[in-house]
Amino acid sequence: MMGHVPLSWFLMLSAVLFSLGVAGFIFRRNIITMFMSIELILNAVNLTFITFAYQRQQVAGHLFAFFVMVVAAAEAAVGLAIILTVFKNRGTLNIDDLDSMKN
Amino acid sequence: MQLWLIPILPLAGFLINGLFGRRFSKGLVNTFAIGSVVLAFLWVLKTLFGLGGMNAVYTEHYFTWIQSGALTVGFDFSVDRLTAVMLLVVTGVGSLIHIYAIGYMAHEGGYYRFFAFLNLFMFFMLTLVLAANYLVLFVGWEGVGLCSYLLIGFYFDKKFATDAGNKAFIVNRIGDFGFSLAMFLIFRQFGSLDFAHVFAQAPAAPVGLLTLIGVLLMFGACGKSAQIPLYVWLPDAMAGPTPVSALIHAATMVTAGVYMTARSWVIYTHAPIAMDVIAYIGIATALVAATIGLAQNDIKKVFAYSTVSQLGYMFVGVGCGAFSAGIYHLMTHAFFKALLFLGAGAVIHSLSGEQDMRKMGGLRDKIPWTFGVMACASLAIAGFPLTSGAMSKEAILLAANHHAPWIYWVGVFTAGMTAFYVFRALFMTFFGKYRGEAHPHESPPVMIVPLVILALLSLGGGFIKVPDFLRSVFPAVEAPESGALTAVAIAAGLLGIALAYLMYVYKPGLPDAVANGAKGLYTLVYNKYFVDEIYDAAVVTPLVEGSRVVLWKGVDAGLIDGAVNGIGARAKGIGQVLRLAQSGNTRSYATWVAFGSVLLIFLMAVLGGLR
Repeated sequence: MMGHVPLSWFLMLSAVLFSLGVAGFIFRRNIITMFMSIELILNAVNLTFITFAYQRQQVAGHLFAFFVMVVAAAEAAVGLAIILTVFKNRGTLNIDDLDSMKN
Repeated sequence: MQLWLIPILPLAGFLINGLFGRRFSKGLVNTFAIGSVVLAFLWVLKTLFGLGGMNAVYTEHYFTWIQSGALTVGFDFSVDRLTAVMLLVVTGVGSLIHIYAIGYMAHEGGYYRFFAFLNLFMFFMLTLVLAANYLVLFVGWEGVGLCSYLLIGFYFDKKFATDAGNKAFIVNRIGDFGFSLAMFLIFRQFGSLDFAHVFAQAPAAPVGLLTLIGVLLMFGACGKSAQIPLYVWLPDAMAGPTPVSALIHAATMVTAGVYMTARSWVIYTHAPIAMDVIAYIGIATALVAATIGLAQNDIKKVFAYSTVSQLGYMFVGVGCGAFSAGIYHLMTHAFFKALLFLGAGAVIHSLSGEQDMRKMGGLRDKIPWTFGVMACASLAIAGFPLTSGAMSKEAILLAANHHAPWIYWVGVFTAGMTAFYVFRALFMTFFGKYRGEAHPHESPPVMIVPLVILALLSLGGGFIKVPDFLRSVFPAVEAPESGALTAVAIAAGLLGIALAYLMYVYKPGLPDAVANGAKGLYTLVYNKYFVDEIYDAAVVTPLVEGSRVVLWKGVDAGLIDGAVNGIGARAKGIGQVLRLAQSGNTRSYATWVAFGSVLLIFLMAVLGGLR
């Protein structure tokens, strides 16, 4: 089936997902949403890896995708824990209010 | 022969009194201060008798002081006949002045400090005299300058005293600059600073270089021995206690320049131009200082200018090749000028600090002993026949006549003026009616006894025939004895005395009439030719203002501080701009990251990284 869909479509999809992720990270203020945006970015990259791996018939792209998934899982665990703690301490999830490093 | 003991004894006195003198009684301070100097004198006597004829230079090497490349300087002392004369003058007259100072300083504060400095001075002066090379001599040379500074500024709570100390120190630095350059040249040419080595090779050296060395050495001597153009510090140096004026600024330190010049006679005899310069400077100084001395009213100032003038005579002697005559006059001058100063000190002491001769007069009956010794010293300096001053001055004038007759005639004229101003001082102080309010009292015996000894030396010291004694040291001067020339010189002195008697005793109204008659000239002389003012305008003010405006405000505050502050301000400014990036806002950071990534990709595309 892949043979009928051109390579550029997969890359275009990946780029669109990546851009959506970046836009979401920059423009949304809720930490959870931003977190999901990061996941979107990572998976957009994963899609690119897989696409190229299939096209070039090499296993390295797959391996990278697995690596990214493992890191994303670990990041999700740590990140969610941090978000929980922040919410407990500050009572907010608005990223603009978390600026105690300033001044 | 343990030469090192001679200077070490006063040094020990200095250390003991300087460190512990504050807690000592005056008697104990006296014991160490006077004891050490008298012991040094006795040790000098023992050493000289032990050495016998001293026809060869006797040298002692203690340790190698500096060893650097080709330069080797040993801490060496040596004694020859010239050193012997200087040693006896310095320790002998020095001892007498130390004893006198017990009485003079009895009521002054800082008693132990005074004697400690005086002993330190003796140490450096003896080092200077004993040195066997130029560098050790220079150590003593600078050391006596330091002690001079310390003792001129002894009354350090008085501004004029500290100013005078600074002036002496700074003016001497100018001369020492010349001395240092001369030493560099000597080392460059001869590869050594030892007298023996340098003088052995000097005859073979190029005349031009020897002349340069001679003139530079003379520059140092001009500073130390107060010759034109560097004489200005000596009159001001009278701000110190009178025993200091007598010891340092009349008898010993100021003659160091003459001694150094005479010591370097081998260089000078091969550099006739340098010799001539010395003779001209000497005679000019003698004349100018004598004219200034005519119109001074402060008794110590009169004798200060007289000292400058007499040092000019010594320079004339040395410059005319009569080195032994210069040293002869150095010795007799040490006797009678020390006596004049100490006598003036006794007068000042008896009048509780009055120095203005216009407020003295008639003291002849009130302090007869002081008057007697002052009269002896005045006769000696005026060149009364058979006194010490007459004999040594005659030796110099004969040599001057042999060298260039005009120097002789200027010298005779100056001798007449010398007799006039010294007897003017004597008559103003001791004759006529007393014009002050204090109650004069005779000085204690501890002051009078040294004065009497010095008076005897002033009268009879000329019979210590220094030129004969030094015949083996210096080249012979074939100046013929001349009864006529001697008579003229003596007549000039007697004329000066007679004129002073006429003006200040016989017709007391005459001086004012003369001063009014030649008002311009009198003002000029009274104000010392405005030399201090000229130096101030020509040298001091430009230097101070230049330092203030250019070096301080311009270079230091403007350039150096400006560069340092500027760097700081730039760093701060850059930080102000960069600070804006650190907003603390997570989304703005993310924007920066995204923006940076886009920029990187764009750059890679432009530079051909993406294909």
